[in-house]
Amino acid sequence: MKCNFVKKTARTTILLLTFSFILTSCEREIGDDAVLATMPTTANIYTDNPIGLTDQFFESFDPASGANTVGFDVDNTVAYQGRSSIRIDVPAPNDPNGGYIGGIFRDRGLGRNLTGYDALTFWAKASTTAQLGSVGFGADFAQNKHQVTADNLPLSTKWVKYIIPIPDASKLTQERGLFLFSAGTQSTNGLGFTIWIDEIRFEKLGTVKLIQPYILNGANLTVDGFLGSTQVLNQSGATFNLANGQNITVNAAPSYFEFSSSDANLPQENRVVSNFALGNDGQVFTTVVGTTGSAVISAQLSNTLASGSLTINAAGTFVNAPTPTVNPANVISIFSDTYSTIPGFNPGIFAGPNTASITAPINGGNQHINYQSIDFIGMGWTGTVDVSSKTMIHLHAKLVGAASSNLRVELIDFGPDGVDNGFGAGGGTAGGNDISSQLIQDQWVSINIPLNQFNLATGGGGFGNPNRNNLGYIVLVSSNGASVLIDNIYFY
Amino acid sequence: MKIINYKHKVVALALVGIVFGFSSCEGDTEQEVTTKFDLVFSDEFDVNGAPNPSNWGFDIGRGPLNDGWGNNELQYYTDRPENVTVQNGFLIITARNESFQGFNYTSARLKTRNLFEKKYGRFEARIKMPQGKGMFPAFWMLGNNFCEAQSIDAQGNVFCDPTKPNYEEGNILWPQAGEIDIMEYLGNKPTEVFGTIHAPGIFGGGSLSKKYTLPNGRFDTDFHVFGVEWTENSINWYVDNVLYSTITKAQVAEAGGEWAFDNSFYMLLNLAVGGNLPGSPDANTSFPQRMLVDYVRVYQ
Repeated sequence: MKCNFVKKTARTTILLLTFSFILTSCEREIGDDAVLATMPTTANIYTDNPIGLTDQFFESFDPASGANTVGFDVDNTVAYQGRSSIRIDVPAPNDPNGGYIGGIFRDRGLGRNLTGYDALTFWAKASTTAQLGSVGFGADFAQNKHQVTADNLPLSTKWVKYIIPIPDASKLTQERGLFLFSAGTQSTNGLGFTIWIDEIRFEKLGTVKLIQPYILNGANLTVDGFLGSTQVLNQSGATFNLANGQNITVNAAPSYFEFSSSDANLPQENRVVSNFALGNDGQVFTTVVGTTGSAVISAQLSNTLASGSLTINAAGTFVNAPTPTVNPANVISIFSDTYSTIPGFNPGIFAGPNTASITAPINGGNQHINYQSIDFIGMGWTGTVDVSSKTMIHLHAKLVGAASSNLRVELIDFGPDGVDNGFGAGGGTAGGNDISSQLIQDQWVSINIPLNQFNLATGGGGFGNPNRNNLGYIVLVSSNGASVLIDNIYFY
Repeated sequence: MKIINYKHKVVALALVGIVFGFSSCEGDTEQEVTTKFDLVFSDEFDVNGAPNPSNWGFDIGRGPLNDGWGNNELQYYTDRPENVTVQNGFLIITARNESFQGFNYTSARLKTRNLFEKKYGRFEARIKMPQGKGMFPAFWMLGNNFCEAQSIDAQGNVFCDPTKPNYEEGNILWPQAGEIDIMEYLGNKPTEVFGTIHAPGIFGGGSLSKKYTLPNGRFDTDFHVFGVEWTENSINWYVDNVLYSTITKAQVAEAGGEWAFDNSFYMLLNLAVGGNLPGSPDANTSFPQRMLVDYVRVYQ
């Protein structure tokens, strides 16, 4: 049977009518009046009870991160409105149950349709004037795709209404993450205090105005993009103006933004970067696919241009450090893709105040460490490592800063107690070796230092010639801000 | 233009309860608020370029007494396109943060003085406000015998100075000439506007004024209509389809004022920066800021 009908397409926002006569198969199309099933639009989150939240109600951040799970409660003697409020007892930093408190509230169902609202609002007061470390919505212990937070809002000892704008509510068609908070005693010098929160809900205020969205904290950055490297677009947010004339700036997940690249209209073979993708962690990233040219990444939020941009200069194929050839049986590896390494490596377990950045990019499946403009940095790992059976330390280094850069390598041993508690009585020993003369600009060099040649004194009181039974840190020190790539650190 | 809280009760509904208009409206709410529909003046701002010189002149500089137009406003008014232009169907008045003639802000102030002046009627404009503390836009009216050629005498008193080129015979000083503020707005209170009259006995801090608060919106994110209907006995103020203030001749007398509203007035549109009422721009006020006017219409 032929199905013959006039198909009329009408959009609610555009007065455009197209008429066409179409011969189709006999499949029923969705009529123009049909309303697609949507999630509930429940606005309330907490009034005198949690509204539509999970049974657990307060879902704490991981206690392993120091989150205190016992400081959250409902207070039936204090309320802004009604008979109860949420009570948060912010712990002291050394509280055995955890030194800060924070977590989320989630919808007990599949999520809510929040597209009709423009702000999260709540009332709060505290037992002393203090700052609320972080508050917002969109954290769901999954992708946190639409997370929004405001940092360090000032708390008063009387009830105040807080407004957290929704950057673009059209994105929130199915949201489980309804509320999040985090509080510590940074603003009270370590003294615990109490916060009460009440009347948490989403509202359509109509009085929230977007002033300025931003990505990359508003900075215009330029990076070299090696083929295959990923470039993350983060540090995004927006400033809004409220009805009381005050501005508020919130962190906003990159999913609220539309990203664009200046090379988007080039033929595929001339593209510098790929299309944008969303990672499992809610981050937006692009991959460098070209070896020549430049692309400028910019973004918009609600049709408003964001400040900040990322210029990616294609830098060709990254040359990784050579593959080490020492027999693995003779190696204790700290950092390398070739050898199995000791657990818990951290390329920047501490760093001096003038160190610009520490990153660990991966190119072609091979990871190195990029130290930019360092004064001093410490690499660490889980516990200590006994390298007394070895005679040498190896590392690959590629100087990417000025040719006159100086660099010293130091070894720090914690002593028999295995704990970093200083030299002298603490049992720690340390010594340094100057490798400045071995560095070559833009070239990987293989540096091999005998372990009995760490003779130089170190900062903090190391006398040189450290013990090697409880090695805790490898430190790099530069007096002129060296920038260097490091790979394949091992003892043999 | 100092403003205090309105002192008199609004007698709104009695005045506009029963209205029959000649428009083709289907009885929508606008008919309850406005009663005059015979269009006698309009500028739709449909021609790109400088504002139509048949309708608009400009106030330039800092005021005749060089005191920020009596309010310690911070801007220097110009007629440059950077500060005033018509584009894409809107009059755009732009306040800029720039060094000009020794001052740090520029903007514009337009007037229909000697071009369009009228006694009584409905005076209306559709406007979208700028944003931020220190922004002080207004749509208002002055009696056409208001003296612009002011000077200060040896005793420190303001007088109308016949030696100035813009002196007009018969001009009188403010507030004798009367002032009707159809709309004034402060950039750091985005949901409020206020309407005011100044006249002898009821001027400055003693003016009669009333505030209107938008229930679910802001004046700097959308256009809204601001107007007055002025008769020999009363002035009504409205925003969109809400009549929010009425002042009658009797109320003015009760307040110890003179009804200075029985002669022709002209209209002004301006965007001031800073001054006694709004305060100065702060770190969050970004420049340039724009006041957009879609149209100005006058009915009787």
